[in-house]
Amino acid sequence: MKRVSKAGFMAGVPIFLGYFPVAMAFGLLAKTNGITLEETIGFSALVFAGASQFMALNLIQSGAAFMEIVIATLLLNFRHFLMSATVASRMETGSKWMRLLVAFGITDETFAVAATAEGKLNYHYLLPLEFTAYSGWLSGTVCGFIMGAALPEVLQKSMGIGLYAMFVAILLPGVRKNMWAGVLAVAAALVHTGLAWVKVLPSGWNIIAAIILVTAVGAWFIKEQEA
Amino acid sequence: MSHTMSVYGLIIGMLLATYLPRLIPFLILSDRPLPEYWRKFLKFIPFTALGALIFPGSIQAVEGESFIALLGIIAAGVCAWFNGGIILSVVVAVGVVGLGLCF
Repeated sequence: MKRVSKAGFMAGVPIFLGYFPVAMAFGLLAKTNGITLEETIGFSALVFAGASQFMALNLIQSGAAFMEIVIATLLLNFRHFLMSATVASRMETGSKWMRLLVAFGITDETFAVAATAEGKLNYHYLLPLEFTAYSGWLSGTVCGFIMGAALPEVLQKSMGIGLYAMFVAILLPGVRKNMWAGVLAVAAALVHTGLAWVKVLPSGWNIIAAIILVTAVGAWFIKEQEA
Repeated sequence: MSHTMSVYGLIIGMLLATYLPRLIPFLILSDRPLPEYWRKFLKFIPFTALGALIFPGSIQAVEGESFIALLGIIAAGVCAWFNGGIILSVVVAVGVVGLGLCF
């Protein structure tokens, strides 16, 4: 059996650092919304989806119904269907059971790192990557609940940019290597911004529509050897 | 229903809503090779997804300060372009936003 990949852990470290402060903000906000420590940990351990967890707190606060929150979560996370499909299609043949675990650890950030890694993917790399990200999310949640209020406000506010900076840092090396990557990314950014601005679709669908539309057109026009 | 019951019920409901979209592709896309169009489609998704994740979300990442957030993203971009790596880019962006909020 192959050894657990150290590269997977290392690739997860930036995600850990990016998740930790965001999870702290979640822990702190959950506490101020009257959620217990056990429940807060339950959210982060089982739901493991940043934006949805914040949204749930917001909806609980405004007295939303159970199904309303679950459906909103489904809409917000349906983009992971596309991301999981990308990772799954690049995975080596392997244990069915491990796939169940790998699937649980797919987030915007683990996807971004995994999908831009070179070559075939396997769970020896993916599981340590996802585990590192997951531990950042969980430990940050607990720290935020217990001592989040102690952080200076400027720091709390400026941490929000961290995950986006990470996306930029993951995207740009690919763009340097291949102009088409940049064209696709800019087109998707413009389409998503446009859709978010006109507000025709429910909010979770904007990003899915933007990704599908631009990718479909791109796959039609761009030849394999160019990209 | 007690408060505790409903929160745990909600957690389970949200677990299903977040896990199923992540799981289903792993169950259906196993080892069969895909046709060329779909291979390209999945190959391009990282770039389109990253573009769509960065905008417009990033400019709303700092409450009420979209210009400062944009400066942070540009700083991260410059850093990443010159091979700064992920961690340094994140630190630079947070630093620029923190400075921006102080002035």
